[in-house]
Amino acid sequence: MCCADIAQAYVEAHASWSEANTRPSLKRDYSAFVERAGGVSRVELAVEGVRCASCMNAIEKGLLALAGVTKARLNFSDRRLAVEWEGDALDVGAILGELDAIGFKAYPFDPRRPDVAETQETRRLIRALAVAGFASMNVMLMAVSVWAGNISDITPETRDFFHWLQAVIALPAAAYAGRPFYESAIKGLRSGRVNMDFPITLGVVLTLIMSVIETAMGAEHAYFDGAVMLLFFLLIGRVLDQTMRRKTRTLAENLSALRSETAARIGPDGAIRDVPLASVDPGDLVLVRPGERVAVDGIVERGSSELDQSLVTGETKLVAAGPGDRVYAGAMNAAGALTVRVTAAAKGTLLQEVEALMTRALETKSKALLLADRATRLYVPLVHAAAALTLGGWLLAGAGLHASVLAAVAVLIITCPCALGLAIPAVQVVAAGALFREGVLLNSGDALERFASVDTVVFDKTGTLTLPEPSLAGGVYAPETLAWAARLALSSRHPMAGALAAATGERQPFEAAQEAAGLGVRAVVDGVELRLGSPRFCGAEAEAAAALAADPEASVICCRCGDEAPVAFLVRQALRPDAAETIAALKEGGYRVMILSGDRRSAVAAASRTLGIAEWRAEVTPQDKIAVIESLKAEGRRVMMVGDGINDAPALAAAHVSLSPVTAAHVSQAAADGLFMGQRLAPVTAALAIGARARRLMVQNLWFSAFYNVAAVPLAAAGLLTPLIAALAMSGSSLVVTANALRARLPAGRARAGKPASRRPAPAPHPQTAIA
Amino acid sequence: MDVLVYMIPIALFLGTTGLCAFLWALRSGQYDDIDGAEYRVLMDD
Repeated sequence: MCCADIAQAYVEAHASWSEANTRPSLKRDYSAFVERAGGVSRVELAVEGVRCASCMNAIEKGLLALAGVTKARLNFSDRRLAVEWEGDALDVGAILGELDAIGFKAYPFDPRRPDVAETQETRRLIRALAVAGFASMNVMLMAVSVWAGNISDITPETRDFFHWLQAVIALPAAAYAGRPFYESAIKGLRSGRVNMDFPITLGVVLTLIMSVIETAMGAEHAYFDGAVMLLFFLLIGRVLDQTMRRKTRTLAENLSALRSETAARIGPDGAIRDVPLASVDPGDLVLVRPGERVAVDGIVERGSSELDQSLVTGETKLVAAGPGDRVYAGAMNAAGALTVRVTAAAKGTLLQEVEALMTRALETKSKALLLADRATRLYVPLVHAAAALTLGGWLLAGAGLHASVLAAVAVLIITCPCALGLAIPAVQVVAAGALFREGVLLNSGDALERFASVDTVVFDKTGTLTLPEPSLAGGVYAPETLAWAARLALSSRHPMAGALAAATGERQPFEAAQEAAGLGVRAVVDGVELRLGSPRFCGAEAEAAAALAADPEASVICCRCGDEAPVAFLVRQALRPDAAETIAALKEGGYRVMILSGDRRSAVAAASRTLGIAEWRAEVTPQDKIAVIESLKAEGRRVMMVGDGINDAPALAAAHVSLSPVTAAHVSQAAADGLFMGQRLAPVTAALAIGARARRLMVQNLWFSAFYNVAAVPLAAAGLLTPLIAALAMSGSSLVVTANALRARLPAGRARAGKPASRRPAPAPHPQTAIA
Repeated sequence: MDVLVYMIPIALFLGTTGLCAFLWALRSGQYDDIDGAEYRVLMDD
């Protein structure tokens, strides 16, 4: 996985909207994030923009130079920084300030995040893998000696000695390394299900028992090597699966830490503290500063402002909010500070209605049987029937109990789902890695195969087809006016000012700039007053009205230089840069494309005209969205929903499979099967292409496993299975399946399925990539 | 075949040493940051 890709995607996704959280000048109190133990304080931070050794070096050296810091270690794999310092020598604000000075943005983590169990499970699996690896190598060493000896001049005493040695290594190793499988098989049986771990457990245990009995009787063959090798291969599959899921989740958690996961709570003493969302209770007072996202649902107590509710309703026009108005988590506060009385926090930060709809949608969601489950359902009874038939057949043929049991157990060993156990996880891991490089994070591995069956793609407009942040639109502006307006805009936290600042390369704010709350920014430069803000603030009502008449969908921000004529800049939510090509590619691939938006009719009509989408509906409520999805499903369509708003969450949950941009509201992220990063829409086609390919590879692998069994079972049933053949067959089939799975890594453009494929140019190298 | 009396214990001892070394490395956190290790070599402290 190339680090530059991920880092690039991070930066794209967060460049604009995290600023307010890290500005050291805001003087926030982060003490809720600090763990204190034995005079040492410790904080964990998610760091953005780290991409090479010099970044790592700069961060660690820079922080260690701070007085009192005893440890600063950056984990490059999950982009987290652990800082420890003595006593109360410094606060998190100082650390963030130092990082900011070095050029990195960081966000504190909630130390109570419960991923300890997850880490322990991974470690347990890796330990089991190590033990199984050690045992299988040593047992194999002796097994090969016996095989060689059997066709030359080994004495029975030496052979027995070697078999007993194998038993001494294999039995404890299998008892330890096989626990994940035994436990899961027993858990499955208790709840009345036979899962894939049951035949594994049965195969391993029976093989070991039979081998011990054979050894005790001085037989020529023992199968210890087969049992431990099987565990070793299967554990590789498990470890891969676990690491993938953990990595995905860690990065998703980092992303959510970069979001407004905190709220500025106003204490009874009037002090403002930043606290994790989890510790905000209903009834608390929370301050929402200009340019911040509202983190909680609540009612405005004091202050007045304008809110961008696009993440809540899809509506792009700013809505005024004053005392007594309801605000919802996810809305962006524009102009003034608001004091909000919390009605609901960490849990249920969304409209009750949406929540109820989502629950219902999830209940009715078609429980499409996954490939792995279907394979298990077919496989387990077949294999066990084959073993039973073998036993019965030999007994009827009068072969004696010993020979019959031997043949039946041989069937169980050879069919032990080694290839089957790797067939699906290996493809999932490789395909998830490929998706990750395209900028898609999956919430669950089984979403992959659902991408494959999609034939209809439904998009939300606001924040999905369009960029989540407004940007400068239309008109030709004088470059020097634009330049100083952008420099002024750097001093404002208003989202429209952000659009202006992002439109130029200006990075130097005016030192004398002052923000007039709710109005704009002003600065006096060389004796001339520069103003940026609302039309009234700049005395530009006429210009603003003229500009708006030309483009009624846009918003306007004005500037004035001294006594010169004021200029009105148009700001609007632009389409994602590759939206048109992506839609064209989807249509070419035979997908039916629709827009379902909560925004006004005129805005949706304009977008669908630009993109060439014939089917669209505007001003739809969350209920309508669900209804449309349901009716599409009733027509037999498999729907993929792509959306970001709270109003999209029920539809995301109801759809066959769903994607959200990483900038989406929390509920939508939770409801979606995957998140895509960055400004581009291409990950949507990439997900479809890679999903289709992953499913094809999984089916191929399952067929291969089936053929392998068809070939191997008669051999075992006939009593011809020697340990050498078993070892060759098992490792051979595992290798074939794994090698086939690796094909999911090929670039998406080479997908052969006739479905649209994305060709994404490599992200532009960042200046910091060079190792200084 | 007398050589087996030495060889097998030696082989097992070496194997166990490797296993213990791996488990120690795992415990001491050397696998916590696989991507970062390749960059840390380049740092001069």
